[in-house]
Amino acid sequence: MVSEELDIANKNLPAEQGPIQYVNELTTLNLGPTHPATHGIFQNVLQMDGEKIVSGEQTIGYIHRAFEKIAERRPFYQITTLTDRMNYCSSPINNMGWHMTVEKLLGIEIPKRAQYIRVIMMELARLADHLICNGILGVDTGAFTGFLYIYQERENIYEIYEEVCGARLTTNMGRIGGMERDLSPTAIRKIKELIPRFRKVLTEFENLFNRNRIFMDRVIGVGGISAERALSYGFTGPNLRAAGVDYDVRVMNPYSSYEDFEFDIPIGQSGDTYDRFMVRNAEMWQSLRIIEQAINNLPEGSYYADAPQYYLPPKQEVYKNMEALIYHFKIVMGEIDAPAGEVYHAVEGGNGELGFYLISDGGRAPYRLHFRRPCFIYYQAYPEMCKGLTLSDAIVIMSSMNVIAGELDA
Amino acid sequence: MLTNEEVAQTIINQFGEAVTDFDDPYNLLTFSTSREQIVPLISFLKSHSTYQFGFLTDITAVHYPDSVGKEFCVVYHMHSLINNFRLRIKVYLTADDVHIPTMTGLFASANWMERETFDLFGIIFDGHPDLRRILNMEEMDYFPMRKEYPLEDSTRHDKIDALFGR
Repeated sequence: MVSEELDIANKNLPAEQGPIQYVNELTTLNLGPTHPATHGIFQNVLQMDGEKIVSGEQTIGYIHRAFEKIAERRPFYQITTLTDRMNYCSSPINNMGWHMTVEKLLGIEIPKRAQYIRVIMMELARLADHLICNGILGVDTGAFTGFLYIYQERENIYEIYEEVCGARLTTNMGRIGGMERDLSPTAIRKIKELIPRFRKVLTEFENLFNRNRIFMDRVIGVGGISAERALSYGFTGPNLRAAGVDYDVRVMNPYSSYEDFEFDIPIGQSGDTYDRFMVRNAEMWQSLRIIEQAINNLPEGSYYADAPQYYLPPKQEVYKNMEALIYHFKIVMGEIDAPAGEVYHAVEGGNGELGFYLISDGGRAPYRLHFRRPCFIYYQAYPEMCKGLTLSDAIVIMSSMNVIAGELDA
Repeated sequence: MLTNEEVAQTIINQFGEAVTDFDDPYNLLTFSTSREQIVPLISFLKSHSTYQFGFLTDITAVHYPDSVGKEFCVVYHMHSLINNFRLRIKVYLTADDVHIPTMTGLFASANWMERETFDLFGIIFDGHPDLRRILNMEEMDYFPMRKEYPLEDSTRHDKIDALFGR
């Protein structure tokens, strides 16, 4: 067709100018590093043949902050603030994952109540994470309304965070050995109010999207990946489950009493953008189920373990009690040595298996700490997933993969 | 349900002297092998009919500057999703010969994990299709996660390790 158009154009040209030649060359398009549609700082250099993507090359590392290096000088409890800044859409999961890694190293068994509170906070974080991912996916396909519907609920989840730990985004929630405070009556009331309201909003959100013809045309069959390729690429979390593999760390290696709760693992079939969207939606329903079970069966008892050497004592105790003052001083100054050991602990993060590989040589800080960041590993499949598709499809695929720049670069 | 002893015994039967230092810290089977055996070992584990270690969880490295002849340790975490069994494989390298075969032929995910390890530790993965820095800039001429690069400003003499930790 192009050559026909050229022939017509050449016929109308003056003879002395000579015909226009058709040259088959690719266009290089820089998508990013800062582009409103990439939702984070990462660059993709795409080779385009007209509208089709032929190949892509990713450049990452724009917000690399050397967390692994910084962690080698920090006492254990100060590393929690580093984990906040990895997947900042679901900071509590990162915090809890780190605390559980250290507790595994120290051999601390934490009370049931603290475990249940952790489960509630982790599932709230998962809700917030999936809300953002699916809401933004809607925005990228041109549907702004759904995003506005559910963003109010994200605000409500952040209010619960505030009630539990005092912060909203970078939460630094919990302590090594438990939680820093018990769930207040306000927090319990807010969580109990959230569940029915969230169900209503989520139903509305699903009604707007799930059978929406425009949305379905944009996402079905876009960016599909087979289960085999997904496993080879190290996919985990909702992206792997959308491809049909029912791997969920919460079920395979239960931590923090996840075995007490009844929930399903939703899976997809083709691993395309629509499946990823649907799996995340279904997971939000399951998260609500878990939160409901946990808050209704919240065990009585202490919210922190009896491990005075490692658990930062309550502030009131520090003023009255000599031992508490000593431990407070030693912990804050980082004078507590951890035993030597080597631990790998994985939790189900917002977008996959978040692993902590910790080597301690018996000092106050880790000898080596490596974060297995799920989106760092699965983002390398992105060029393969958008090959042969258009630029607008590439944007939708990137949103649906839930790539968080903070976690990508760590 | 697989046990550590059972898997360890199978690996010893297959590879004999090439696998050493079996241990199970926090119930995770850990052992060492040589860099000549790492690709045959992982492809054996991947294609084993019952174990099916089809998922490469992680590749990273650790620097031990004080252990002469074993300065670098490349660590592989494998996961058998069918059996829900994890294991950890270590390969020790000397400081003057940091070459190890790539795993990209077996797992597509190894590509960036190896680039990251190269970027931070300078481990050279032979046969890697595109071994460039990934997180740091290309112009960088050192490998920042090695222990000889301290985090603090080295001109400060008041900040000694005895007071401020490592």
